[in-house]
Amino acid sequence: MNMKTFYWLIKREFWENRGSFLWAPVITGGVFLLLNIMGIITAEVLGARHGIQIGAGGDLQHVIAQMDAGDTSKVSLTLDIAMYSAMGLLSVVLGIVVFFYCLGALYDDRRDRSILFWKSLPVSDASTVLSKVVSATLLAPVIAVVAGIAVGMLQLLIVATTLSFHGVNMWQLLILAHPFHVMFNLLGYIPLYFLWALPAVGWLLLCSAWARNKPILWAVALPVATGLLVSWFGLMGLFDLPTTWFWRNIVQRGLFSVFPGTGSVFGHQGHIAVIGHSGMDFMDLGNTYQLLASTNLWVGVVVGLGLLAGAIWFRRWRDDS
Amino acid sequence: MSAVITASGLSKRYKSALALDDVSFRIAPGRIVGLIGPNGAGKTTALKAILGLTDFTGELNVLGFDPRKQRDQLMGEVCFIADVAVLPRWIRVRQAVDFVAHVHPRFDRAKCEAFLARTKLMPNQRVRQMSKGMIVQLHLALVMAIDARLLILDEPTLGLDILYRKQFYHSLLEDYFDENKTIIVTTHQVEEVEHILTDLMFIRDGKIVLDADMDAVGERFTEVMVNADRADAARALQPLDERQVFGKSIFLFDGVGRAQLEALGELRRPSVSDLFVATMKGTYA
Repeated sequence: MNMKTFYWLIKREFWENRGSFLWAPVITGGVFLLLNIMGIITAEVLGARHGIQIGAGGDLQHVIAQMDAGDTSKVSLTLDIAMYSAMGLLSVVLGIVVFFYCLGALYDDRRDRSILFWKSLPVSDASTVLSKVVSATLLAPVIAVVAGIAVGMLQLLIVATTLSFHGVNMWQLLILAHPFHVMFNLLGYIPLYFLWALPAVGWLLLCSAWARNKPILWAVALPVATGLLVSWFGLMGLFDLPTTWFWRNIVQRGLFSVFPGTGSVFGHQGHIAVIGHSGMDFMDLGNTYQLLASTNLWVGVVVGLGLLAGAIWFRRWRDDS
Repeated sequence: MSAVITASGLSKRYKSALALDDVSFRIAPGRIVGLIGPNGAGKTTALKAILGLTDFTGELNVLGFDPRKQRDQLMGEVCFIADVAVLPRWIRVRQAVDFVAHVHPRFDRAKCEAFLARTKLMPNQRVRQMSKGMIVQLHLALVMAIDARLLILDEPTLGLDILYRKQFYHSLLEDYFDENKTIIVTTHQVEEVEHILTDLMFIRDGKIVLDADMDAVGERFTEVMVNADRADAARALQPLDERQVFGKSIFLFDGVGRAQLEALGELRRPSVSDLFVATMKGTYA
């Protein structure tokens, strides 16, 4: 595959989906910060009106100076959570964006017939489909994470500034936080997201390339209807598996794996051995990447590749009719 | 020179109907071929087969490629405008030019920009803000800047006003066409293309019913204006078509000698549309 062509295919996806790839996380982040600032102002106003002085007269500063190791780790945990929380919200937005992007990626241009323009160019259908996969699983997450980091940093500054009004040394607080560590963990999670999301991305793109109309209906109704049949007739009993197996491994995996973090929540067979003391340490790459040891992940990757091959085939032969 | 397109035994069946029925033809380079047929005759199916957009049975060779298996290579040499307004509505002029410039190895950016400079299109304008005529101008500017050996136009001027239509064919002839290029065009506005065509193909019910170059068409088909008293003599020669104008009958003959016809009345060269109407008689009946 020609790398230059591929670069421009990705760029094309960004042009078309600037609203959902870029503005959705940026606006969500902005609203998140605004709500936080409003919350802080409300708290300050209420506090002042009721004569409650938080850490007045350098008390809080004094408290921090007196803290022992356990207490400082609690403060840094609070600050790290402040950073992660922004990303938590953006992850949900990212999941929604990727879900609908995949459903429309190979369908919308068939519906408005612009596929006839794209197909008039010397670009293989495999490159087209792969450019959509990369846009969904790498481009959109990278933009979301960068936005998440920016929002997280601003959030951190807002919290620190607020506390500094109450006599706390802002720099001392910021030193207690681990912004670079958090950034590293978030960026490092993207490849894992790619692997985990692959079967869902494959399924959604397949429906998008195959459905003659309403791909969302097919994408959702097909697995859910199958799930209901399976539950009704207790089919999973044939394989000695509970009915929930189907819902968890087929329906949920095929539709919701595009939501970041679902792999870390549902992907492990047993318990993961969280290395580290507590708090947000489960976000450390050493912990999150234990998912690589799960068969669930790799079976999903293989199934996802198969579904993508199907999507490429349908992209080749489906036209605007 | 070898043919640009060779088709033999081309068939395509949709669920309900046969869109192409054992079609064979050959198109030489440097021609402008009009593929003319009524709605649903199989024109678009034939073009889609040539472009590798649909599956079919039979043999088809386009510029040495099999469109089913070698579509990616083929599209480096072929351009098409399939219907008006298939450009994505979100794209800007600048983006469209950028994209094609970087993806198509035979695209000449300077040429494209020169074409665009003659229009009112603005670099930041989106397709959704353009009229149908402007969209076609953009599409034509993109396509004419590509040095392709085969250009396929499927109803390229449908729904455009006469100014845009004239300009479209004018640009195509003046700035694009040369002896190394081949153009296939389908259209219902036969009058507008008939003087630029070098070859004519009529398609009806999935079959090619006429495949000839324009000179041969002129020699083969003759129209005669016959007074009422000689009409029966004309009918005896088995005309293709007969219609009445101002009390005279106009007969269309296929392959009847000129000397024989001159005796009946005034001879005329039939227009492609008259020929078309005569050939397609009863299509929708």
